[in-house]
Amino acid sequence: MFNKKDLDGIRADNKKWQQVFKEFVSKTPERLKRFSTVSGRSIRNLYTPLDIEDLDYSRDIGFPGQDPFTRGVQATMYRGKLWTMRMFAGLGSARDTNKRFHLLVSEGQTGLSTAFDMPTLMGYDTDSPRSRGECGRCGVAIDTLKDMEILFEGLPIDRITTSMTINPPAPVLWAMYIAMAEKRGISRSAIGGTIQNDMLKEFIAQKTLMCPPRPSMRLIIDTIEFGTKEVPRWNPISISGYHIREAGSTAVQELAFTLADGIAYVEAALERGLNVDSFAPRLSFFFNSHLDFFEEIAKFRAARRMWARIMKERFKAKDPRSMWLRFHTQTAGCSLTAQQPYNNIIRTALEALAAVLGGTQSLHTNALDEVLALPTEEAATIALRTQHILAEESGVANTIDPLGGSFFVESLTKDMEEEAFEYIKKIDDMGGMVVAIERNYPQKEIADSAYRYQKQVDSGERTVVGVNKYIAEEMLPVEALQVEAELEEKQIQWTNQVKNTRNNRKVRDALEKLADAAQGDDNLMHYIIDAVKEHATLQEICDVFRDAFGVYRDPGVY
Amino acid sequence: MNQKRKIRILVAKPGLDGHDRGARIIARAYRDAGFEVVYSGLHQTPEQIVQAAIQEDVDMIGLSSLAGAHMYLFTRVAELLQENGVDDIVICGGGIIPEEDVPKLKKVGIKEIFTPGSALDDIVKWVKKNVKPRGVTY
Repeated sequence: MFNKKDLDGIRADNKKWQQVFKEFVSKTPERLKRFSTVSGRSIRNLYTPLDIEDLDYSRDIGFPGQDPFTRGVQATMYRGKLWTMRMFAGLGSARDTNKRFHLLVSEGQTGLSTAFDMPTLMGYDTDSPRSRGECGRCGVAIDTLKDMEILFEGLPIDRITTSMTINPPAPVLWAMYIAMAEKRGISRSAIGGTIQNDMLKEFIAQKTLMCPPRPSMRLIIDTIEFGTKEVPRWNPISISGYHIREAGSTAVQELAFTLADGIAYVEAALERGLNVDSFAPRLSFFFNSHLDFFEEIAKFRAARRMWARIMKERFKAKDPRSMWLRFHTQTAGCSLTAQQPYNNIIRTALEALAAVLGGTQSLHTNALDEVLALPTEEAATIALRTQHILAEESGVANTIDPLGGSFFVESLTKDMEEEAFEYIKKIDDMGGMVVAIERNYPQKEIADSAYRYQKQVDSGERTVVGVNKYIAEEMLPVEALQVEAELEEKQIQWTNQVKNTRNNRKVRDALEKLADAAQGDDNLMHYIIDAVKEHATLQEICDVFRDAFGVYRDPGVY
Repeated sequence: MNQKRKIRILVAKPGLDGHDRGARIIARAYRDAGFEVVYSGLHQTPEQIVQAAIQEDVDMIGLSSLAGAHMYLFTRVAELLQENGVDDIVICGGGIIPEEDVPKLKKVGIKEIFTPGSALDDIVKWVKKNVKPRGVTY
């Protein structure tokens, strides 16, 4: 980007300036011994063209909507359409969450995002002994198709897209959504949305677990294949770094492990015989936006460039849409503090700004009270308004990739790309991500980073406002949301009522057919849809998977 | 010979919650502090936890929950210990626990609750002060 003569001049001037800087510092030392990001990366005092002299504008940065997509996946970015404001919500019963969805849509939210309770996330019904005490606690409880119908009652699912944060039982919840839409006369080709459906990061970080890694991959590829053929507007997977980061990884680990997971899914889909350009455009991603502002922006930009390179060079994709890394972002839950919780509004705003400057396609902003309980309506509304202020008052959406060309941001982008590719190479050398997970490699790397970070906070080396510095004696009271105590009993009664009114012979037939198919190579999605239409419960279907494929137990590495 | 035994701790994740960052960090901090640590791994029922605590002959159970089911799960662990006639295993808990639940949990026998922002050193100090190795070994 710079000619040699100019660079030589800058090099000489930089040397002189660094000398001047040193003289100042010799009289008054710098504030810190070492300046570093939240991930521990050292940051220099000044960035100049010398830090990015190897970059080639056309090859490495380019134009929005064009390979390598560093500056954004669409040509128009936010000048055409703002990011989707997609707030994650779910609590109590399907009826309760349906009410919250209606509120969010009336408040200007443009996409829905569903949080399920722990039993649903793990593929158990509310009446399972394992589910005691968990119903509706951290999301909505879904046992049967009836619950799915109530959840989306009155919502315009042909116009808004729906994201479902669901992993091991993702094929079942998706089947319920499809069946619900079809009952309302909306065809599966018309619905749009995303299922998270990313099991590799579950083994690595989030730990909602059901079957072992290899059969889990089969179920995922079934959904990708089915989606490609029959539900073309749906993203059958959201390859997620969010939880990897929440588990304590660094920004580079988040980037590297997420893309390595992506590589594993592409390889598995190719093995199935799918053409890369038939499914790759529907792969979507999900990242965390943490507090270290520039490091996060660089991470998003590096992710786009890396994925474009991986798809083009490694997988020989031809369709530019296969090279797109489209992503959802959620601000970092782990950066919020229970102490002085109103400060969380500021943290979330900064993280949201980084996501927007990083070119996200959709965004969830955490509510100030999420470190205490599920958000209250008021807290969730402030979080959504944070996005409205960014989008419509701050002016940051006026131009595309405003930080492109910053010596600092471009240099960080380049460094993070290089370091993440080193991790990916290490994982390739092990035999790919599934093998790496079986060896607990990413799990251990993340546990080390998490422990290191906690030690830094405890020693005061890293400031957490309100926790290890600027501590206030009194806690400001924040009203926490309560979940109705009788909910569990009510849900169990309701599901029993559904079970008593369905045709149990047909349910048994559908489950037997699914069990037979699980032993062979058929795509299981059609069998699952048939079973949910007969009101087979979530657990009845997941038990078929557990019987056929076995149950995975977390190795408990620490 | 009368030899002082190390404090033995079971760090346990009850219920279906998979948020194990805190549990694993605390397990490591206990180990670094010189305690003997057993980590249950994820998705344990209260029955499994109490059984493990008795079998492993621990002095303390540290429970971690971040998905809202702590009232049922922590209480159940305390009840089961009592039902098994165990009264000398200290139980403490941590995670996302609303303030108003803390006194209720203490009432059922959870000795201390550590909420987000607790420093590892403070937790270790608390353990040293409040947990003694049970019985005297040979």
